[in-house]
Amino acid sequence: MIEKTENRVYPKNLKYSETHEWVGVDKDTATVGITDFATKQLTDLVYVELPSMGAKVTKGSSFGVVESVKAVSDLHSPVSGTVVKVNEKLSREPEIITQDPYGKGWMIKIKIGDETELDTLMGSEEYEELVRKEKK
Amino acid sequence: MREPLIFEKSRKGRRGCSLPACDVDKENLEKLIPKKYLRQGSLGLPEVSEPDVVRHFVRLSQQNMGVDTNFYSLGSCTMKYNPKVNEDIANLPGFTRIHPYQPQASVQGTLQLLYEMEKLLCEISGMDRISLQPAAGAHGELTSLMMIKAYYEDIKEHRDTVLVPDSAHGTNPASSHLCGFRTVVVKSNKDGGIDLEDLKGKMSERVAVLMLTIPNTLGLFERNILEVSRIIHDRGGFLYLDGANLNALLGIVKPSDLGIDIMHFNLHKTFSTPHGGGGPGSGPLGVKGKLAAYLPAPTVEKDKKGYYLDYDRARSIGKVRSFYGNIEVIIKAYCYLRFLGREGLKKVSQNAVLNANYLMSKLKRYFYLPYDQPCMHEFVLSGVEGKMKDVRTLDIAKRLLDFGFHPPTIYFPLIVKEALMIEPTETESKETLDAFVSSMIQIRKEIDDDPSLVKQAPHNLSIGRLDEVKAAKELKLRWKEKKSGD
Repeated sequence: MIEKTENRVYPKNLKYSETHEWVGVDKDTATVGITDFATKQLTDLVYVELPSMGAKVTKGSSFGVVESVKAVSDLHSPVSGTVVKVNEKLSREPEIITQDPYGKGWMIKIKIGDETELDTLMGSEEYEELVRKEKK
Repeated sequence: MREPLIFEKSRKGRRGCSLPACDVDKENLEKLIPKKYLRQGSLGLPEVSEPDVVRHFVRLSQQNMGVDTNFYSLGSCTMKYNPKVNEDIANLPGFTRIHPYQPQASVQGTLQLLYEMEKLLCEISGMDRISLQPAAGAHGELTSLMMIKAYYEDIKEHRDTVLVPDSAHGTNPASSHLCGFRTVVVKSNKDGGIDLEDLKGKMSERVAVLMLTIPNTLGLFERNILEVSRIIHDRGGFLYLDGANLNALLGIVKPSDLGIDIMHFNLHKTFSTPHGGGGPGSGPLGVKGKLAAYLPAPTVEKDKKGYYLDYDRARSIGKVRSFYGNIEVIIKAYCYLRFLGREGLKKVSQNAVLNANYLMSKLKRYFYLPYDQPCMHEFVLSGVEGKMKDVRTLDIAKRLLDFGFHPPTIYFPLIVKEALMIEPTETESKETLDAFVSSMIQIRKEIDDDPSLVKQAPHNLSIGRLDEVKAAKELKLRWKEKKSGD
């Protein structure tokens, strides 16, 4: 189980978007999911809709939808590129996202189209600051 | 006490009435219908007596929470009380016993009412023409976008984008998408209005229309509306008004004066016809000038011989609803308008705004009010403060049920965290509003003293807190007979 220390709630090796998605980069591939803070805001998830393999995504635009008992929210792609892998398990068990947002709850893998876009994302400390402001 | 399903009351062989023996010879079914199409096994209908049926449905009806039984503060829905006299008038045989295929000469009264209704809505909105066809607000939105699309195709301008603010009703982007437009979201500023810089950046010759709700879903008037209108019109776009919140403006602001080119009305909200539970609603749409040619056919016109339906409209996008719209709903709204008149309508809006401000000023001492400024007909609180004790807006809404109030709209608009959107409407008395306030204060105290009481609510209803996750994921859409061993 992940201990809820500040650093581990927002792992240092990931990058973050203002719309609460995280990105893990491995060479030319980005793994994308939503942050621990996002899952807490959404509350219990009942449904997730993800793109198909090969779909083109652009930074900032919607790549899917999560639905909780409270609202339906768009998922925004933190980078542009092509979807090369989709976590199919989530459609049957969306609760995995809440249980393990940075691990088994990953959503899609994207072949990165433009690496310079990664520079516009936040590091964990900057993101933590954003969350602190939003909690107010 | 939970009322069992009618199926659970079934007892084999019990009947509600006894029919005389059938005096027609019975034919073997298999002779008439091939065997493979015949049902095998029983139909599974409940076998119950007449009192069983009557008591069951009367009990269920007593558990309903509606505006006829409770204060209904559902924001952005304008759940005002619907005067019963309008029902009586709409039920007159002259209205109920006509048929849409009747010769027009024999339905002159109804056509006159539709013709006059258009004139009344034109007067309220400043629009030039109205179509009464759309069956609901979102239908009015879609029809409007189809007209705008047809217009730009005619003048050969390629415009593929619809702008909506981040506080918009979800139906706005949905209508845009359905009509084949690209939707771009415009940000709100810190005062809850349109961020003008963001709007300027997103406005271009690709934009067909900006869809606005005034007052917006925070219950705030768009103070920069004239500037917004200039930005859109300077680059050849249209300004659309989502009329969901018109209840704040009647007789005070004419949408045409704000630069609105096209809009829809929600007769079932603003003009007091029953709604909720799927309608029927009515979402007439109004247009200025050049868009009028694209209105759905037929329109109701008048010449020396009388009133008639005009299908001869070359640029019309065609029919959007079978026959002429939800006529019975339009009749009720027409009666409402004629009863109130110009001065009465103005008072409707003044009292709706007064009631909302009264509630807001009382409640903001106990709940966080993110946009702290005078509101129009509704306002949005945030449950975020209560969250410190792990009590959420959903819990507050459930607890309100215990006090006999229908909860406000929750978790909308999306730009307010843990939103509680409250709209009292003009039909509520000070006593009702005060009772609502004291229940809300009581709940605020409970959050401090005994949060579990709120978290586990409701306690006084026939059914307690439901597992909404399970309900959404494991749908049970019909009753099934329990087999032994189940």
